[in-house]
Amino acid sequence: MDWLGPEEWQAVRLSLKVAFWAMLASLPFGVLCAYALARWRFPGRQLLNLLVHLPLVLPPVVTGYLLLLTLGRRAPLGAFLDGFGITFAFQWTGAALAAAIMGFPLLVRAIRLSLEAIDPKLEEAAATLGAPPLWRFLTITLPLILPGLLAGAVLSFAKAMGEFGATITFVSNIPGETQTLPSAIYAFLQVPGGEPAALRLVALSVFIALAALALSELMAQRIAKRVQGA
Amino acid sequence: MSLSLSLRHSFGATGLDLAFDAAPGLTALFGASGAGKTSVVRAVAGLLRPDEGRIALEGNILFDSAARINLAPHRRRIGYVFQEPRLFPHLSVRGNLTYGRRFAPRKSAQNFDRIVDLLGLAPLLTRRPGALSGGEQQRVAIGRALLSAPRLLLADEPLSALDTARKDEILPWIERLRDEAGLPILYVSHSVQEVARLATTVIELDAGRISRMGPAVEVFADPAFTPSGTREAGALIAARIRHHHADGLTELDAGGAALYLPELPQPPGTELRLRLPASDVILARARPEGLSALNIVAGRVVSIRDGHGPGALVAVETQAGQILARLTRRSVAALELAEGSECHAILKTLSIAPGNVGSG
Repeated sequence: MDWLGPEEWQAVRLSLKVAFWAMLASLPFGVLCAYALARWRFPGRQLLNLLVHLPLVLPPVVTGYLLLLTLGRRAPLGAFLDGFGITFAFQWTGAALAAAIMGFPLLVRAIRLSLEAIDPKLEEAAATLGAPPLWRFLTITLPLILPGLLAGAVLSFAKAMGEFGATITFVSNIPGETQTLPSAIYAFLQVPGGEPAALRLVALSVFIALAALALSELMAQRIAKRVQGA
Repeated sequence: MSLSLSLRHSFGATGLDLAFDAAPGLTALFGASGAGKTSVVRAVAGLLRPDEGRIALEGNILFDSAARINLAPHRRRIGYVFQEPRLFPHLSVRGNLTYGRRFAPRKSAQNFDRIVDLLGLAPLLTRRPGALSGGEQQRVAIGRALLSAPRLLLADEPLSALDTARKDEILPWIERLRDEAGLPILYVSHSVQEVARLATTVIELDAGRISRMGPAVEVFADPAFTPSGTREAGALIAARIRHHHADGLTELDAGGAALYLPELPQPPGTELRLRLPASDVILARARPEGLSALNIVAGRVVSIRDGHGPGALVAVETQAGQILARLTRRSVAALELAEGSECHAILKTLSIAPGNVGSG
């Protein structure tokens, strides 16, 4: 891959790492949130729904700035976590966090839709067969929402690959640490003669996005076939 | 079964307020839709939490509002066959059947084979629920519930979504469960036919309350039990096959009285339950002569109940048990029938449809 310079290559690797961890870390929370919103009736449900969707409607810069205000080095929560060795500000972990939050509404929506499509009566039937709640979730609900889960994960991954506003506001644009693909493209466009490099990264972005979509489509088809049986 | 239940629950316009102890065998919860039948079985399964009450099975308290006990559904060990099969679409038939075995107290491969055999499921094991017919799906659902080794089986109109042919396919399996598996069953139905064929005990619900309760034979012999008008009234008679005659008739023994039916497939000695629609019973004061009907039993009038129209239901105690006859009031007067009158009941044999002949 010598058509990519080391700096460009670094941005690609970092982007994949950030997007992968953003997706993986937000999956369990996404499932929990979607389950709570789809199945449980509790006070504050509407508030939770609003909070989950907030990153979708807020300008990304605002989300990034709010993250900086709460998790920056000098912010109380940021300083507290820093004491345990967990630092987000100006680190790749911060980029992953920003990407995860921006992709969270998409993840939750996809999982929630597939949860609402499966019949809660099946879980009832499993209960009368003696299955405790967690087992019912793992053996009935989870396999049945797998296509939605996968779709949500791909959306979250794609969103993380493309996240720019919140990331650059929260963790800046540090090559090798927080300079993801979009940040790198932006940086190349700011310097004279950077356009060829930017174009190469643009082409690569398009390729990665298409490949991710194709892969998820293939997996979704396989899973749907297995789940629906016949 | 030692299911003992009392519950109160606000629901619908009338709410639910009832108590009963179920006898062994199949207890049919019978009544119009909206009477609260499904709420009762859901409460027993733990899927509905009643406002007040107490539910105990074999001395084990499942729910007691006073003592704040409410056992979770998965701890109750009660099988539930729902109106729709509710099979797990991502599992094979075998996977569905064995789903509950993990939680059953004794895992026994022998039991699996027995139930697969009992319900005729062997050819379906590797298939997916989506590839089964409605009747097959419901049979798998019954098998799945049984394989969780329940202490009680709940069935909520398990046949109502099926056409007549599928119903006739499944009814014998339920009879076998009742008779061979020895499992207590609480069976919800609004079909007189099903209840007449299956029930050991009948509990009739009306607006969330018990309006009638008793052994099926007694309930159906009561002229006041006319769930869908006097037209559908009819008594149940217990009989045993005595002999298959060469001319294609089967001779039955009903309490000593001989009855003849067109040839039945069961072997001699089989216990049967016959339903005699009241409209197919004719009464005569003297023993009729020169009549083509084969089945004539002597009896004595026990009660006469006038219907809304010109009809009356006459209950007659015979050797074969109490039967009901639907007559016009004019005939009742012409025959001078009254309580205690001696009479002969003529049963129009050929009108006893196969669907009305149940084993039990």
